[in-house]
Amino acid sequence: MQPEVILKMEGICKSFPGVRALHNVDFTLRKGEIHALMGENGAGKSTLIKILTGVYQKDAGQIFLEGRPVHFRSPQDAQNMGIGTVFQEIALCPNLTVAENIFIGRGRERFVHWKTMNAKAEEMLSSLGIPASPTQELGSCSIAVQQMIAIARAVDMDCKILILDEPTSSLDEDEVQKLFALMRELKARGVGIIFITHFIDQVYEISDRITVLRNGELIGEYETTALPQIELISKMMGKALSDVSAMKKHEPRKADDSVPVLEAKALSSAAGVRPFDFSIHKGEVNGFAGLLGSGRSESVRAIFAADKVTGGEVRINGRKVKIKSPLHAMKQGIGYLPEDRKGDGIIDELSVRDNIILALQVLKGFFRPLSRKQAEEFAEQFIERLDIKAPSTNTPIKSLSGGNQQKVILARWLLTHPEYLILDEPTRGIDVGTKVEIQKLVLQLAEAGMSLTFISSEIDEMLRVCSRLIVMKDREIVGELSGTDLTEQDVMQMIAQGGR
Amino acid sequence: MPRLKTRFNALSHLFLPLSVLVILILINLIKGADYFKITVVNGAFYGNIPNILFGASELVILSIGMTFVTAASRGQDISIGESGAISSAIFVQYVLRAGNVTLGTILVGFLISCLAGIIIGAFNGTLVSFFNVQPMVATLILFLGGRSIAFIIDGKVSPILANEISNRIGTVIPGIPIQTPIILTAVFIALVAVVLRTTNLRLYVEAVGINPSAARLNGINPKKIIFLTFLLMGVCAAVAGFIAVNKAGRHDSVNLLKFIMMDAILAVALGGNSLGGGKFSITGSIIGAYTIEMLNRTLLRLEVNPEAIKVFKAVFIIVLMVLASPVVRDFAAQALEKVKSIAAGRAPGHRGALSMTDAPGKKGE
Repeated sequence: MQPEVILKMEGICKSFPGVRALHNVDFTLRKGEIHALMGENGAGKSTLIKILTGVYQKDAGQIFLEGRPVHFRSPQDAQNMGIGTVFQEIALCPNLTVAENIFIGRGRERFVHWKTMNAKAEEMLSSLGIPASPTQELGSCSIAVQQMIAIARAVDMDCKILILDEPTSSLDEDEVQKLFALMRELKARGVGIIFITHFIDQVYEISDRITVLRNGELIGEYETTALPQIELISKMMGKALSDVSAMKKHEPRKADDSVPVLEAKALSSAAGVRPFDFSIHKGEVNGFAGLLGSGRSESVRAIFAADKVTGGEVRINGRKVKIKSPLHAMKQGIGYLPEDRKGDGIIDELSVRDNIILALQVLKGFFRPLSRKQAEEFAEQFIERLDIKAPSTNTPIKSLSGGNQQKVILARWLLTHPEYLILDEPTRGIDVGTKVEIQKLVLQLAEAGMSLTFISSEIDEMLRVCSRLIVMKDREIVGELSGTDLTEQDVMQMIAQGGR
Repeated sequence: MPRLKTRFNALSHLFLPLSVLVILILINLIKGADYFKITVVNGAFYGNIPNILFGASELVILSIGMTFVTAASRGQDISIGESGAISSAIFVQYVLRAGNVTLGTILVGFLISCLAGIIIGAFNGTLVSFFNVQPMVATLILFLGGRSIAFIIDGKVSPILANEISNRIGTVIPGIPIQTPIILTAVFIALVAVVLRTTNLRLYVEAVGINPSAARLNGINPKKIIFLTFLLMGVCAAVAGFIAVNKAGRHDSVNLLKFIMMDAILAVALGGNSLGGGKFSITGSIIGAYTIEMLNRTLLRLEVNPEAIKVFKAVFIIVLMVLASPVVRDFAAQALEKVKSIAAGRAPGHRGALSMTDAPGKKGE
């Protein structure tokens, strides 16, 4: 007998002006299953979810909830029918308490019963194993805990369907396991979970079935155990996988005795990283490996002077310089693609063109604006070179997909022809295809003589790109790894053994 | 084609102020067809339109400054009237003490008052950018205390500017048919256009207003840019004060440019600018400022009871803001879409009705 189907979407179509976001997509979710929704950025995952949660209205198609046709006019509608959603960006109020965040806007009573509310929250937190106190301000919790509280909030609405959109992108391995335990618990209670992620390993670890979308069309629905990883990737990308698997590992340049492009001694910053030494040679790609919060971002931020530098010495091509500000770092030929694309990278309302030329323009100076024609040419050039999918150079960057936004930021720095480029999580939240493109680009740039530092949460990605890994733990460098035959195991071991 | 589209987008930004302008013109034309009539008195143009251009001079200049401050600091400067009153008081004092008034005296006085405006701007700017005080709170200080300072500079009287040059600056220069404040405003707008063209002011201000953190990581110092917009605001206030005091012929520290910040903020909003900062349109603010002046004069022309004028203005603005809100815009867009689809659906039927030979065939199907 077939397991009970809780949600069925049939022939869903949705168009936006000039774009066909979804075409004839079917999707079914069974009771008590974890169903991964996979696809590259722009495949239509978000659109499908937004239709399911009542944010968008479908153009055609039908949705059946437990066999009955339903129509969601608003997110409230969907919530009332038992569809809970936790988005990638946590949509809670950091200045309210944990309990308030769980119950806000939910009570049918007119007045808040603080005591009952806190007691109920306490109960829920402990039953789900979330390490937080109900009266604590949400902002004081770690991102992972905030994420779990968001799930607790969604679950509390007696939900039958829980949608998790990239819930793990800011969690470390330990936290991911806690989240998975929570998901398994909910699954056992009969909740159908739709899980969206870019981490393919996680899909195989936890999901029962996989639905793949590409370019707004349904590619297929598979049992997870019956679909090898490599096939999944090729289905998502829509091309044979030879391209990905054949990507040759970067031949590490042998450490020459030449003067490093950049050398730092006992560098420290106000963000609280222990004084560290660092150097990079021409054409080298190295990386900071470590768990989230290990200090890898803080280290590169110290090099770029994104945080206030509190001590240490920096030499660029042997010349001693004191880098005081990001502008100063840029003038020394350093570029920095920040970890938080939305908060620190894009200027969301500005056009793709303005976003591309920004850093170059700032380097040229306040009184030397590029002509419109020049700016247009630069933008066009990079849109073509990096294959950025944008309707025009005038389009606001916020309307591009995450991967394309990231390419725009890359273009911004490439346009300044940096000698040394820092890429902090350039592939986070980005589809597989773009990921591979960015990795290839990094190797090409190094080939052409640029020095790069590449940081990623995915160690296999770093192994593929970097010739030398600087391993960090608890805001301190615990060791260095290099060589062609490194495995994830080596890195893990160093993290596990190193430090303290 | 894409070029046409971008043009259209730029225009859609100005849809609100322009449509209000058109509505006001229509109302005025209904009231009397001679609305656009321009007469020549003593060799200068007079009439409704010149009056609006003349009357709005200070407001236009202040709206430009307000646009920059709003875009970068995501807040408003409410001390602009007071800052104009102080800088113009200094101008008046300089001119009165100079004895023999020449064009040079006026010019030096003007430059000194601009310097005063810049100092006031630096004061506000320091509070906002370096001490992170909210713009409205920071500028509240001078809003409350500014007129007292001007009053003291004035020597607790309201000094009279009885010289021919001031009179000409405030009204009209013989031989030139356009009133001087209109010309000064036009020159000022042109200067701002040149600054926007030859510097990265727009890019920097917009970047800082939209995402200060990203701006900083791209080498822009948000604090400096916000500070700079307040300096610009100071200059705008000084120029507006200069025009206002020359128009009035005397320095009335209590009433000079009183409550003009309200209209300036409104002009910025009317111009399609977000009061939350970010992308801005100077053209929009300028049209907004002229629109407000036209609205004031239209209400006068319609002989609205002077006590009720503020109520009318308020109602007009509420209606306007509701109509321009994204909610109504989306609704209108949807309605338009529906009308279009209905029209498209009926189109074949229409053809059938028009061509007689077709009709029987259709019935047969």
